[in-house]
This record gives sequence, C-alpha cells and structure tokens, in this order.
Amino acid sequence: MSLRAERVSWAAGGRLIVDAVDLAAPPGSTVGLLGPNGSGKSTLLRILAGLRRPTTGVVTLDDAPLSSRGRRALARRLAVVEQHAVTDVGLTVRDVIALGRVPHRRGLAAPSAADSAAVLSAAARTGLTPHLDQDWRTLSGGERQRAQIARALAQEPRELLLDEPTNHLDIGHQLELLALVCALPVTSVVALHDLNLAAMFCDSVVLLHRGRAVAAGTPAQVLTREAIQEVYGVSARVATGPDGRPTVHFTRPPG
Amino acid sequence: MARLGLGALIGVSALVVSVAVAITIGPAHLSVSDVFAVVTDHLGGPPSGLSTIRDAIVWDLRLPRTLLAAVCGAGLALCGAVLQALLRNPLADPYVLGISSGASTGAVLVLVLGVGAGSVGLGLGAFLGALVAFALVLALARVAGGTTDRLILAGVAGTQLFAAITSFVVISSADARQTRGVLFWLLGSLSGAGWGDVLLCSAVLAVGLVVCASLALSLDAFAFGADAAAALGVPVGVVRAVLLGVTALLTAVLVSAAGAIGFVGLVLPHAARALVGPEHRRLLPATALVGAIFLVWVDTLGRTLLEPQEIPVGVVTALVGVPAFAVVLGRRVR
Repeated sequence: MSLRAERVSWAAGGRLIVDAVDLAAPPGSTVGLLGPNGSGKSTLLRILAGLRRPTTGVVTLDDAPLSSRGRRALARRLAVVEQHAVTDVGLTVRDVIALGRVPHRRGLAAPSAADSAAVLSAAARTGLTPHLDQDWRTLSGGERQRAQIARALAQEPRELLLDEPTNHLDIGHQLELLALVCALPVTSVVALHDLNLAAMFCDSVVLLHRGRAVAAGTPAQVLTREAIQEVYGVSARVATGPDGRPTVHFTRPPG
Repeated sequence: MARLGLGALIGVSALVVSVAVAITIGPAHLSVSDVFAVVTDHLGGPPSGLSTIRDAIVWDLRLPRTLLAAVCGAGLALCGAVLQALLRNPLADPYVLGISSGASTGAVLVLVLGVGAGSVGLGLGAFLGALVAFALVLALARVAGGTTDRLILAGVAGTQLFAAITSFVVISSADARQTRGVLFWLLGSLSGAGWGDVLLCSAVLAVGLVVCASLALSLDAFAFGADAAAALGVPVGVVRAVLLGVTALLTAVLVSAAGAIGFVGLVLPHAARALVGPEHRRLLPATALVGAIFLVWVDTLGRTLLEPQEIPVGVVTALVGVPAFAVVLGRRVR
C-alpha cells in the first residue's frame, strides 16, 4: 500500500474536523475524496500530506509513518496541489514549475541539468511548453491549475494529492485535467465535488460526512441513492453506465 | 552562470565607483585619486601628501559617512526583500511595518532615560524596540485576520503607537540638546557617522547577508504561501523565526546608527527584481547592491543640494519613496 491513513482524527477548537478516518491508496491508483463543504476533505488531504499532524491515528507511506521522514525527503516523494494557489510575485510559468525542484536543490547552487530537464518534461506533460515564459498570473484558470500540477510533477513524486483541482474550470477543462491526473504514473488522492467526475475517473472513493468516512470502496459501491440522500440531503437516481461505472442523476426538489 | 558573474562584477564596480566619486563631492575640492591616496595611506601605504584637514575630511568625515550610507542602503533593502517574500506582501519593509519606529523608540528611551551606556546600550535598546514592535505588528495583523493587507494596516498602527511613545518620552523628559539628538532618529541621518558605526553595521550586514542568502531557496518556496512552502520541504517555522530575527536585528543595528530611514526597503527590492528576476539566489545580492548604490547617492544629494544646510537622508528617501510606493500599489491593484 503506498499511502494509508489509519483511524486519523484532527480536532480544532474542541471540535473534531476529521474523525477516525481510514483510507488506503494502492500504488498507481486514483482515490477520490467526496463529501459536502465542511466534511473534512481538505483537512484530511493536509493530514495525508504531512502538513497537519493528526491528533490521533497515523498516516503511513510504504508502511512507515509519515512523521519518520524528513520534510525535504517527503517533498521528493509526495507532492500537493492546493485548491487555491495565489501569489503577488511576478513568476513565469517556468519559475512556478521550477519551485518543484526546491526539495531537490541545495543552498546557492545553480539549478542542475537534471533540474532543467525535470522542468521541461513536466511542462511538456501538461501541455505548457508554449507558455513557459509567460507570467503565471496572466494564465487562464485551467492553465494555472495545470502549471501547479506541472510544478508538482517537477518534484518527481510517487504520490500526488490534489484538493478540488477542477474548481472554477469549465467542463472541458475539468475532464481534460482529471484525464491527465489519471494518466500520470503516480498514486493520487483527489478531493472532488462532482460525484459524476469521481465516478468516471476514480478507482476507489471515500465518502466523508461531518468528518467521518461513511462509505468507502469502488464508485459503484459507494455512490448509492441512500448514501447520497444521507450525506448531501438530496434525492438522486443512480444508473450504471456501459463501462460499469455509476452515473448520478439528481431530482429536482419539490417547490 | 557566466552572466551571473558578469552581473555581480558590474554591480560591485558600480558601488566602488559610486563611493569613490560621492566622497569627492562637497565644499572641499577633492579628486578620486586624492581619495584613493588617503585610503592607501591609512591602510599602511605611502603618505598621501594631502594636508591634515583634507586628509581628515576624507578619512574622518566623508569616507565613514559614505560607507555607512552604502551599508544602511544594502541592509534595509535586504530586509525589505526578505520581508516581502516571507510575509508575501510587496509593500512590506522595516519602516512600513513599524520595526524602524520601534527601534527608534528603544534607542530614544536609552538615550533620554539613560538606561544602559554608550553605543552598545543604544543598539540593544533599538534591538529590543524593534523586536517588540515587530511582534506587536505581527500579532495585531493575525488578530485582524492575517491577510496581507491587514499586515500593512497593523504596521501603520504600530508606527503611530511607537511615534507617540517616542514623542511622549521626549516631551516629558528630554532637554533641548537631547531633543535635537532625538530628531536624528526620527528623520534618519548619516551626519554623525563614525568608524565604529561602520564596522558594527558591516559586521551585522555580513552575517545577515550570509544567513538570508543561504535560505534563498526557501524564500522562493514562499511564493504560494507557508503551506505550499512546507509541502516543498521547507521547515517553515524555523525559517520564519530565523529570518524575522535576522531582519529585526539588522534593522535595529542600522537604526541605532543612522535613524529610521524609510522606503529603501520598500522600493529597492522591486528595482532589483526588474533587473535580475524573482529568484532570491540572485535577487538578494542584487537588492543589497542596488540599495547600497542608491543610498550613497541619496545621501550625497541630501548633503549638497541646499549646502551648507543639510537635508536628513530619511527626508530624501521619503520624497523619492512615496511616489515609488504609489507605483507599486497601483501595479498591484491592476
């Protein structure tokens, strides 16, 4: 198992934000984190990334606790794409992607040939090669998000954590971005809002409700009419597509 | 890499030439070769052949003053570049954030109330004042929601508070002679520069430069915030504590020698960024060089423009800095 959380909890101000959640991401898989706003998706991702220390429970990477690795060593293994990246600094796309090399570099030395190669290859993989010298802030929302993914790839991680990467993107860019993530040779955990996107792209999903994992398994096992009613408080029909993956159709509330 | 070396060479040469030429400007007519002769004379070379008075003008007055201007410019600009990256605010600088103002208060308390003794007491008072002011402004910004704009507002509040404390101390306990001395800290002036100030400030600047430059990569990583930096393997808590401590110390030492000179730390990092780009590995040394050259010329302007009257250097930097502040502010909104 590449990344695993065992009964992790995280409390803030006496309130449990994440409550005894289990999660397992086998190597190469794409795991979806689902749940309404405030259900603990972002906090759980931060715990998985080692950015928040769980109050109880443990996160392991290759069966060794996350906390046993140094910060730098961890950053060369696991990369994070945050939901809302902003900066005031006039960085080019190349500069942004090159940030992914920070854990590989030391002191005042100039970037090595390996660093430059990693930046170029990450840009090529995300289709950003033509934009390398453009100011990151002038990119469209989808391109910015792709640049952040390219930065994460430049870290050369084996695990990739993404917090609602499709937010504010149009449907074309949402599909394109998730297809890109699934095609990467990494284990990824993705927090998602859209149940149908999760059903389409994830190998397994975890459904969070008020900090607890109320269901986990394949999209077909988890995305049932009952679970959606319980967690989101909406009624829906769930059909099974020709590929065996579920599709969710919401019903219009009365009134 | 070759370009980096060439850039550094041009920058350092420009600074050396600036210092040498700035010293020749003023009421007594001196040439660059006179300056050179005096310096080699004092460093154990052949006698300069200049009169004692002209020798003293170079060695005791203008050289320490010009060097202190260079060191203060470099240090304040460096502090600005580090704070802007660390606090993710293009308007951050020791003066705007009230650190300079806190250092002034500390120095004035020592001066007027006679706590401690000599320049060590003054420096210590300034350092404690800087630390207290910095901690207060950061705490206030955090209480107010922690956004980058709140930080500037907290800085304004801190500056006002410490200016008020300074005024109170001066009015309640200083005599006329001390009041004149206090004005020095409030406006920023290099007119009292001596070799002791130059050596102390250079030593602290050297330490500050080495520490900050060694953390250049970490500063790059702060571009998208503290969590993003942590996810790139930066020990955020340690880096932040070290850099805030270094900038407070450097500001305090510079303020205790030359008073609160504003806007150097705000404006010069932006100029340097336009020259060498946002990578801190290049930006920090470039900022220090540009800041040094800038303040050498600003001080030369201040002491010669209305000769024999002298305009305090802090007044000149504010006159230049406020329009530049407006430009940075405008670019950010757009």
